[in-house]
Amino acid sequence: MTREIVNEIPNLAESMLTALVVDDDFVNQSIHHKILDRLGIKNDVVSNGKEAVDVHCSGRNYDLILMDMDMPVVNGIQATKKLREMGIESKIAGVTTRANEVEKKEFMEAGLNEFQEKPLTISKLLSILHKLDFYAKTSAGLFNQRWDKANCPKVRVDPDNLIH
Amino acid sequence: MLGLGVDRLQADINRLLTSLFHQGVLDEQFLQLQQLQDDTSPTFVYDVINIYFDESDKLLRNLRLLLMDREFSDYKKIGLHLNQLVGSSSSIGARRVRNVCVAFRSASELSNRPGCLRGLEVVEHEYHYLKNMMHEIFQLEQQRLLAAGARYPM
Repeated sequence: MTREIVNEIPNLAESMLTALVVDDDFVNQSIHHKILDRLGIKNDVVSNGKEAVDVHCSGRNYDLILMDMDMPVVNGIQATKKLREMGIESKIAGVTTRANEVEKKEFMEAGLNEFQEKPLTISKLLSILHKLDFYAKTSAGLFNQRWDKANCPKVRVDPDNLIH
Repeated sequence: MLGLGVDRLQADINRLLTSLFHQGVLDEQFLQLQQLQDDTSPTFVYDVINIYFDESDKLLRNLRLLLMDREFSDYKKIGLHLNQLVGSSSSIGARRVRNVCVAFRSASELSNRPGCLRGLEVVEHEYHYLKNMMHEIFQLEQQRLLAAGARYPM
C-alpha cells in the first residue's frame, strides 16, 4: 500500500513553485517542509508571523505561504493582514487545528486565499494547490488539466495489513 | 538464519504497530509520516517522532509546574500549551493523546482546577504509553537494520 501511494505523488519541481512555511511548532515545521520537498516545491521555514513579515521585507517572495494561526509574537491573522498591507500578493493558505467558524472567518477576512485544517497531508496540500490554480507545467503534464480528486488516493488504515 | 531474524523483527514491528492502530493510539496520520520517508530522509519518521517527544516533554513539564503552583490562575497559558500539544499530536497521528488533550483543554476553558489536574494525569498516562511503545518499535527497527546489514555485508 505504501509503495503505491508513493508512486502517485507528483513532482512539481519543473513548475519552479516556491513556498514559505510559517509555524511555531517544530513537528509541523518538519512535516510541512517535507511534504513540500516531496512535491518538489522549494521552501523556507519561519517560526512566527513576525519572521514571515521580516523575510518579505528582506526581499524574498514566495508563490505560496502556509500560515499557521496560533503563533507567538505575531500570529497568523496579524501576519496575513500585514503582508496584504505590504502589497504581498502571494497565495496564502491558512492551516490550523482550530477551525470553529468564527475563527475561520476572521482568518479568511485577514486576507487568506484558502484554508485547510491540520494535520496537513500530501492530499490536502495538493487540494490547496489545485484550488489556488497552481498548475505545474511539467513534461508529464500532470497538472495541465483540472485536478481530479480520484488521482490522489486517500490513506485508509487497514490495521491487519499494514505494510512497513 | 540471519534472514529469519530480519523477518521476525519485521513481524514484531508490524505486530506492535497493528496493535497501536487497533487500540486507537495511532491513526492514519502516522501512515502519512511513513509515506513521507524516502531515500533523502531515511530516518524521517524517527526524527519527527523524537522532535514531538522533546517538545511534548517540555510542554507537559510546564503544565505540571503551572498546576502545582498554589497561586496558579493562568488558564490561558494552560490553553496555549494544550493547543500546541493537540496540534503536534494530531500531526504525528497520536490520536489518543490528542483526544485526552482536548478533554483537558475543556477543563482549562472552564477554569476547573481539579478537572485540569485529572486531565493532566490522563494526558501523562497516554503520552508515556505512546512514548514507551514507540521506543520499543524504534529499538526493534534498529535491530532489524543491523540484522539486515549483517545479512548483506558490504
